[in-house]
Amino acid sequence: MVEEYLSIFIKAVFIENIAINFFLGMCTFLAISKRIQPAIGLGIAVVVVLGLAVPINNLIFNFFLIEDALFPGSDLHFVGLICYIGIIAALVQILEMFLDKYLPSLYNALGVFLPLITVNCAILGGVLFSIERNLLFTQSVVYGLGAGTGWALAIVALAGITERLKYADIPEGLQGLGITFITVGLMCFGFLSFGGISL
Amino acid sequence: MSKAKEVLLNPIFNDNPIALQILGICSALAVTGTLYITLIMCVALTSVVTLSNFFVSLIRNHIPTNIRIIVQISIIATLVMLVDEVLQAYDYESSKTLSVFVGLIVTNCIVMGRAEAFAMKNGPIMSAIDGFGNGLGYSIILIVIAVIREFVGAGTFYGIEIMPLTTNGGWYLANNFFLTPASSFFIIGFTIWALRQWKTDQIEEPEFKILKNSLEAEKRTI
Repeated sequence: MVEEYLSIFIKAVFIENIAINFFLGMCTFLAISKRIQPAIGLGIAVVVVLGLAVPINNLIFNFFLIEDALFPGSDLHFVGLICYIGIIAALVQILEMFLDKYLPSLYNALGVFLPLITVNCAILGGVLFSIERNLLFTQSVVYGLGAGTGWALAIVALAGITERLKYADIPEGLQGLGITFITVGLMCFGFLSFGGISL
Repeated sequence: MSKAKEVLLNPIFNDNPIALQILGICSALAVTGTLYITLIMCVALTSVVTLSNFFVSLIRNHIPTNIRIIVQISIIATLVMLVDEVLQAYDYESSKTLSVFVGLIVTNCIVMGRAEAFAMKNGPIMSAIDGFGNGLGYSIILIVIAVIREFVGAGTFYGIEIMPLTTNGGWYLANNFFLTPASSFFIIGFTIWALRQWKTDQIEEPEFKILKNSLEAEKRTI
């Protein structure tokens, strides 16, 4: 039992890393990876939001949208997208208010990243993957946390490399975005080697 | 008329959403394995961004400012659902291959970005043209990546065999690296480099200047 959850977690963090292997949340991933400190803040925010959004949307899918869920013959799966995105937006809003009231230090640390997360494809991607794979509720909790951790790990690693790259003499046209892409490509190689692990 | 042309053509090379604005990269990398799938994705995104720009612009004067994001997202999500349903109805195989990436157009920053930055301020026709132009800019980069990946990785172009593979008795040993996701990062990185060598005003200023050599550094300290 524990093994099964552990394998989902490890798989979500390393083998099927949503940032490196599925390119989700790339826009923020590339834009916020110049310094380590904001990268850590954003990483934590993604872990929290994914850890909540994936299981909640999983429940919504299983209790409302799936065939015959509301009454025999009902099938609402086609409005799925708008439900998920609405729930993510609402969740982020509630989380923001909650943190502002009870954990102001964390709220200040996350700052502007929290509202931005609504339109981060990593969140919606994680939700869609968990639904596509028909995960059970408990599995989806583990998957959400694992996927978030994987994303956080990748962005912190990239920020670390980018911080070091300021000492490098990069060709003019490759400055900034270009070299970041190539760095992520090299990181991708590293993560590809996890693909050989069978769980 | 000239403004329409400018709005249409500007996003293709001068202000490319992927290469310069860093928007919509998420899906750009994942769906470029074969040209056919890429074309479907490009058509899907271009139609969503054109229509969403049009509709957002149409009701821009009636949207209260503080709930505009949610209004935009609802419009975009509805359009994406339509595209998704159409794709599942007419090309089920491709929709399986694209899996979650069609749905992810909802959170594609190009769509949101253009709705927020252009459609909220301009008329519907001009916004639709802008959306179409940005869709084209996105498509061009995607198609370049897909052509390279498919050609080098499988020796084919749009599914037609150009270089016969050794596994089929031909001479070309396929470079499997180009079928892995990692390759698209390198290709897009080098595409940006090439684009910026051509359009030099897009080069980013380095945050730190490095002096040519220590001799020069010494001269400056003296």
